[in-house]
Amino acid sequence: MKRLMMVLSGFVLSAIFSGPVENARAGEKGMELLMSRCASCHNLHGPAPTTLSGLWARKGPDMFYAGNKYRKKWLISWLEHPVRIRPAGMFYADHVVPGPERDVIDTSTLKAHMALSPADARLAAEALMSLRGHDDLISKETVPPGSISKSMGALVFDKFLGCIACHRIEPDYGGLSGPELYTAGDRLRPRFMASYIRSPQAWDPKIWMPNKHVSDSRIVQLVHYLQALSKGGSHG
Amino acid sequence: MGRVPVLRTILLSLLIGATAMPGTALAASAKDNYRTYCAQCHGLQGNGRGVNIRDMSVQPRNHTDAEYMSTRSDQDLFTADQKGGLAIDKSVLMPPWGDTLTSAEIRDMVQYLRTLCHCKNNAQ
Repeated sequence: MKRLMMVLSGFVLSAIFSGPVENARAGEKGMELLMSRCASCHNLHGPAPTTLSGLWARKGPDMFYAGNKYRKKWLISWLEHPVRIRPAGMFYADHVVPGPERDVIDTSTLKAHMALSPADARLAAEALMSLRGHDDLISKETVPPGSISKSMGALVFDKFLGCIACHRIEPDYGGLSGPELYTAGDRLRPRFMASYIRSPQAWDPKIWMPNKHVSDSRIVQLVHYLQALSKGGSHG
Repeated sequence: MGRVPVLRTILLSLLIGATAMPGTALAASAKDNYRTYCAQCHGLQGNGRGVNIRDMSVQPRNHTDAEYMSTRSDQDLFTADQKGGLAIDKSVLMPPWGDTLTSAEIRDMVQYLRTLCHCKNNAQ
């Protein structure tokens, strides 16, 4: 009886402590994965570039605030099946050449992102979610739940603010020098979207997205619009 | 090389390093700024044919068009660059760059635009 009690208490103790220990091990493995396979292209520690040469040299988006930027579910899925988000690459001018009607993307210069196995994608996403740079900026934002019609959202996005110049809101509609936004609602966290629109330079001092001094109410409308875009349908 | 010049070199390097600390945006040349911020719409060659233009309702200005550019004052060009197209009754698609570029960089940009059009403002 005494021995049985000891075995049972052993099980109980292992059940209590194995979860956190395993999580810690998974966290370590995830960070090792980031360091070995991601760090050569992604900045995991910050800060963002403060010079044009630093900006131009960047091979992939900064990840030191990934946990504040991305939705984990999207990260896992994207890392398994990566699809290009920036049509003209990380720095558009390196991948654009003069064409007969306008500058065009030289797709031969673009490199595809590697795909991870499902297990590695989960580990990497878990580790990325622990990178929480710019918590201070996120804590300033509140995005109340709500919705906007796509036609009203398009009016704000396109006519009032001119965001369409650089961003695609459908796979073949919009500008090319910025990341596409038709999957932004699935990809990005609402408070990150709000904060980045409010001041792109607070996140990325030399980025080629301007600060348009968008009002609080317009920021909320834009976030709701981007969320609506991810739910499918046309821009009209 | 003597000890004093070596020390001087080290101190100078430290000083240069200190000015390049994170958070300090170093001034960039107008040409580099143009390539980074303007070329996406105005084109790598400044001809208004940037990679973004296909779906834009108002087409960007051709900065090599001397006839048009000579009608704009340096102050107009400065204001458009700093505060955006709406500030000079032009398109919202021309954004304000006042939070990205310093006033000195925008002044340099105006001069760079004059080299693209090979023109001055005729009214000045």
